[in-house]
Amino acid sequence: MKILVPVKRVIDYNVKPRVKADGTGVDLANVKMSMNPFDEIAVEEALRIKEAGKADEVVAVSVGPAKAQETLRTALAMGADRAILVQTDDEVEPLAVAKILKAIVETETPGLVILGKQAIDDDSNQTGQMLAALLGRPQGTFANTVEVDGDSVIVKREIDGGLETVKLTMPAIVTTDLRLNEPRYASLPNIMKAKSKPLDTKTPADYGVDTAPRLKTLKVAEPPVRQAGVKVADVDELVAKIKALGIA
Amino acid sequence: MKTLVLVEHDNASVKDATLSTVTAAAKLGEVHLLVAGSGCAAVADEAAKIAGVGKVHLADDAAYEHQLAENVAPLVASLMESHDAFLAPATTTGKNIAPRVAAQLDVMQISDIIGIEGDKTFTRPIYAGNAIATVESSDAKLVITVRGTAFDKAAAEGGSGTVEAVSGPGDAGTSSFVGSEIAKSERPELTSAKVIVSGGRALKDADTFKEYIFPLADKLGAGVGASRAAVDAGYVPNDFQVGQTGKIVAPEVYIAIGISGAIQHLAGMKDSKTIIAINKDEDAPIFQVADIGLVADLFKAVPELTEKL
Repeated sequence: MKILVPVKRVIDYNVKPRVKADGTGVDLANVKMSMNPFDEIAVEEALRIKEAGKADEVVAVSVGPAKAQETLRTALAMGADRAILVQTDDEVEPLAVAKILKAIVETETPGLVILGKQAIDDDSNQTGQMLAALLGRPQGTFANTVEVDGDSVIVKREIDGGLETVKLTMPAIVTTDLRLNEPRYASLPNIMKAKSKPLDTKTPADYGVDTAPRLKTLKVAEPPVRQAGVKVADVDELVAKIKALGIA
Repeated sequence: MKTLVLVEHDNASVKDATLSTVTAAAKLGEVHLLVAGSGCAAVADEAAKIAGVGKVHLADDAAYEHQLAENVAPLVASLMESHDAFLAPATTTGKNIAPRVAAQLDVMQISDIIGIEGDKTFTRPIYAGNAIATVESSDAKLVITVRGTAFDKAAAEGGSGTVEAVSGPGDAGTSSFVGSEIAKSERPELTSAKVIVSGGRALKDADTFKEYIFPLADKLGAGVGASRAAVDAGYVPNDFQVGQTGKIVAPEVYIAIGISGAIQHLAGMKDSKTIIAINKDEDAPIFQVADIGLVADLFKAVPELTEKL
């Protein structure tokens, strides 16, 4: 079985994003970029399934600018076998990404596609579900544990009230939640080795996908700023303040 | 505009998240509801009483019992032939189903909206709430998930909707429900609690979390939340987590104890009306957003606070 892992290059999760003064977006010039944290978890899970002898190849794929190659090299350094970059400088919405991934799935025929549950930049939480719908395949979103069992996969999902377990017939789509695993660090020898692993470059047109956005961003603004309030000296003063709020 | 709202329920009663979504839908036009489940006629009757609701579509079929997205999404897609917009609460249920519906209709979903600026124009937070985007859809049909804390709840009584049975394609046969582990709690549900007491890594372990946070929460009739660090360290189950990847809350009062205030945590609670922070590190970022801050050792301050309230 083959596992396909889509990864996205996003602003590093530790960086506080700055909104551009002209309101057209967030300033990404000279900002540290990294692999989306949920995608690192997806790569790690795919590698663990392979290491358990339940998959024989892990293919990483990214849709984005030329620099997304670095993100793919990171996935290769973690242990992915090869990578596909669908290169475009346009911002590609989840629906178009899902369509590109669908075309890749149709040629690669993976048993599992493991994606992050959401990208920390657009916070959409859509791509995996859309891909599953386009392929007519089942989905195990917000996965907390993933267990491949013959031709099905058992996914424990994080839901609002707790956890839920579903059984999906493969091929299936899984999206990762944070507690699925702890991603490994790539060692220096593996980073060196990753440089010689195959990385194919394609374009959205190769897959016949139109990436024109359906949503037009009219403006991006700073959220309302919260002012720091007062510091109280001791618990008595805090008690008085809480009582004044009328909750106790 | 005719809107279709997904009712969040457990086959017994309507969940609160539905009510805020109805408010958002009413701003767009006529509100129809969808109750998909098994043995859930009572849910449909309850849903029909929500103020402002027209028709309630009831799809009662074993295939919908656990609201598996593979089965519910085609049902929604078929109902969308006679509706202009589909709205679901941005809960794990809504987030699971709605994008699948959107892809089936070949439209882009607008996730987690916090405002409605026009028929096709919405505001939504991006970058963990560090920016607010205003987006306009060019799609013929709208698929939207709604952030519950951003819209008032519609009144649960006073409506006079009519229930109409519908049937859908049924079981897609690609997935099945195995089981669930639902955390039991006597406390108010986190996303609808008026007061939340939340603990972070500084609580040390599961026992001290219980010992220090729960009595204070009980005293205030508050829901209990946690930072990701506290969840990862195993102090509390994951459904306590507040933040970008957990629950988004906006209570009247949020009390953050031993939480530094990383941007991922702030994304989940910074729209709370009043934020109170107790932390021994006076430089903790949480104090930059806290209305009331106390620099103190929580192991001394919290028991004292609980006792004096």
